[in-house]
Amino acid sequence: MSGQTPVLHLVTCGSVDDGKSTLIGRLLVETDSVPIDQLEYARTTRRGGSTVPVGEVDYSLLTDGLEAEREQGITIDVAYRHLNLPNGRRVLIADSPGHEQYTRNMAVAASNGDVAVLLVDAARGVRPQTHRHLTVCALMGVQTIIVAVNKMDLVDYSHEVFEQVMGEVRTTAARLGVQQIDGIPVSAVTGANVATKSDAMPWYKGESLLGALAIWEPIGRLADEGFRFPVQFIVRAEGNFRGYAGTVVAGSVRPGDEVVVADSGRTAKIARIVTADRDLDVATYGQAVTLTFDHEVDVTRGDILAAGTPLQPADRFGVDMVWLGEEPLAHGRSYLLISGSRSVPATVTNVRHRLDVVSGHEHAARVLNMNDIGRVEIATDRPIPMDPYTLCRDTGGFLLVDRVTADTVAAGLSRHAMRRAFNVVPHVYDVDHEARASLMGHPARVVWLTGLSGSGKSTIADAAVRKLHAMGIHTYVLDGDNMRTGLNKDLGFTPEDRAENVRRVAEVSKLMRDSGVVVFVALVSPFRSDRETAATLFDKGDFIEVFVDTPVDVCSKRDPKGLYAKAAAGNLPNMTGVGQAYEPPLNPDLIVHGTGDVEASADRLVAAILEA
Amino acid sequence: MQQTVPYSAVLDELEAEAIHIYRESAAAFRNPVLLYSIGKDSSVLLHLAIKAFYPAPLPFPVMHIDTTWKFKEMIDFRDRRAKELGLDLRIAQNLEAMAEGVTPFSHGTHEYTRLMKTVALRKGIDRYGFDAAIGGARRDEERSRAKERIFSLREPGHRWDPRKQRPEFWRTANTQLAPEQSMRVFPLSNWTELDVWRYIEREKIEIPGLYFAKKRPVVERGGTLLMVDDERFPLNEGEVPDMKSVRFRTLGCYPLSGAVESTADNLADLIAEMESSKVSERSGRLIDGEGGGSMEAKKAEGYF
Repeated sequence: MSGQTPVLHLVTCGSVDDGKSTLIGRLLVETDSVPIDQLEYARTTRRGGSTVPVGEVDYSLLTDGLEAEREQGITIDVAYRHLNLPNGRRVLIADSPGHEQYTRNMAVAASNGDVAVLLVDAARGVRPQTHRHLTVCALMGVQTIIVAVNKMDLVDYSHEVFEQVMGEVRTTAARLGVQQIDGIPVSAVTGANVATKSDAMPWYKGESLLGALAIWEPIGRLADEGFRFPVQFIVRAEGNFRGYAGTVVAGSVRPGDEVVVADSGRTAKIARIVTADRDLDVATYGQAVTLTFDHEVDVTRGDILAAGTPLQPADRFGVDMVWLGEEPLAHGRSYLLISGSRSVPATVTNVRHRLDVVSGHEHAARVLNMNDIGRVEIATDRPIPMDPYTLCRDTGGFLLVDRVTADTVAAGLSRHAMRRAFNVVPHVYDVDHEARASLMGHPARVVWLTGLSGSGKSTIADAAVRKLHAMGIHTYVLDGDNMRTGLNKDLGFTPEDRAENVRRVAEVSKLMRDSGVVVFVALVSPFRSDRETAATLFDKGDFIEVFVDTPVDVCSKRDPKGLYAKAAAGNLPNMTGVGQAYEPPLNPDLIVHGTGDVEASADRLVAAILEA
Repeated sequence: MQQTVPYSAVLDELEAEAIHIYRESAAAFRNPVLLYSIGKDSSVLLHLAIKAFYPAPLPFPVMHIDTTWKFKEMIDFRDRRAKELGLDLRIAQNLEAMAEGVTPFSHGTHEYTRLMKTVALRKGIDRYGFDAAIGGARRDEERSRAKERIFSLREPGHRWDPRKQRPEFWRTANTQLAPEQSMRVFPLSNWTELDVWRYIEREKIEIPGLYFAKKRPVVERGGTLLMVDDERFPLNEGEVPDMKSVRFRTLGCYPLSGAVESTADNLADLIAEMESSKVSERSGRLIDGEGGGSMEAKKAEGYF
């Protein structure tokens, strides 16, 4: 090991107006990183707005990617490029667009960044977006920020202008806790201080931009004192070989070291560090290896092997979240949380505040919208180990995924596991729901009727309950409207409130089911993910999803509560089937038609309950 | 400035990243496949896959999109390597288009590529029910590839929608798929062409002989040297192929793969030649013509 970092992950932030495309284009050309034919293209092709004479290189053309962007003359997505520095170091650039609406892209680009080059236009000075870039880089854990104060040629290479910019930037950086910040006065157009030091600014004593990138070294990996190894894949091979494949994301490990399976708390000693080339004496940060143990320990994909700094599972976390989804964050809705190679259902239980990325102020908030950053609390379905993000990005960062569309809707940064997760220990009682079922003489189940308002949910439930009652079976109906007059009277009809409404009804139905009763839930519950969340509370077979399928025109003609009339008059903007979509179940246990015979439908429900 | 970072250290990092991507793909997808196109990138891709799961065998099959217009030498190489390495090799072809007599000469390169490569790939994936296809695309190949994800989502019908691509954070991948979605996975995303060659040299990876200079029968078409690999190549009246010392920078269908004149018949010479030329390798691929944006158009249709 030479001690040199072979690959530097660089994030560039700034907008076209700051001359970012030109700066990157120049970096590429000065390091011979552009093929001749692409360079020729940038010499001969011109697009609208370009002031560069044909025959000279229009550097900005080297960095634009998609056709749609070239037509609009903007960059809309993170682009990845590389540079080879003269000392052999590879620089992988994640180039993030600078426009306000693309905070999410900045966060993506910064998530792997060691160093950020942040462009400021010397002529225009520090602007709101400068603060935004600093905030996102700091949040995502970029260690070093290099402020490239560009267009120095337009301000007569003034030392004063440079210091003015740096003074403002340093104040913000100090507030954000940025580890290291440097300023370099440059001109991307003339090349001053980009690849070589310029004579025009004798007052500047530091490195050129390329020089600074060549000598950069990390300030110590954040978790050098702790070893972290998320297991990706169990390798089984001939001769009883069983190894755990993954990448060292913090610290290092040697044969003989004792590691803890963070999920179970069990320990084992490392027997071998296997690679296809040879067994290793040590595996360090970034190496992809396969570990074997000295004795059998239960390990599955997603588990984290750890040593040094302790890592314990918890099921509640305070986290910062960058909201990426077009749909806003829904309080109480179940998402899939992906942390390393593990995925587990998780719910946002509380939104504490939204961060104003320009001023740094925290504003009270109930939802997060796309491009918002905020502090929230999450609860996972089962305890999982997560580090604070500042300790290790790979074991402290996670994604939230929509369970229906499979879209990534948020990036989360774990801040702390919440203590109350450890203090709440469910008591297990001897008399459980099975004991009660045998006393009752019938099994207890939850029958969840979903469908539009007026589809006939309550009517069918009523008929089924009458039949069961006659058979000596204990029942109860949780009716949406009845719940909203009591327990849920603080909730409205926004998607977030609907999610919370469903969550509470589901929890109540679970308690009643445990008491031995057959519970009918008659609730519009329009969103698939909310109903899926409810179903996860129960064992398979104990939760019967019934889709009451009635055409919306039939429902609106019946209109038993006069709601459709109100919606038509524009007084109910969130009316399901009118202003809000209804998502029918994909695989309901039973479909009954609200236009059919009520008694026959009720009989089918009764049969399903008894045989389930 | 002195050389302080050995090239091998850069290759080590790229290798580790690729192995990480492989392991994630093998574990997370129901039925992944490695797309093997026989060339240098595929050879590296296959080598990395074998390393990733050592000492276990490769946990997924390998698929080749065979247009029937590949160089003969490529097919021989493919079959021999598959046997030596014990690969579960699948061949995908667009039989309908073949029956209709689609050839690189009868149809334009764009239509030919769409039918024989893009459609054949889609058919192959659908036929075997693969939910993820791992390929050797690199971000340095072409400008529109610079925005390609490592895990690149395809909508129903294999459509690539730039607006639906998922943001990628850290080493953490969202490998979840909604019904009828599928994934393309690119472990070599951050590699350059030179990295591929240096890695082949370091790891002593076997590649087809077509990459090395040798006297081969060629004709010139529109400034491009094409090899007359078999009798299906329509020669003009009285045209006789020249025997020239040529090699290929990229391998594909022989009527669409431009040769370069060269005497580099070994890896060291070849790398030296490459480092001094600095023309992007895609300049030899006829299918990429029609401006820098045409790759994007092809991808939207489901091309790799």
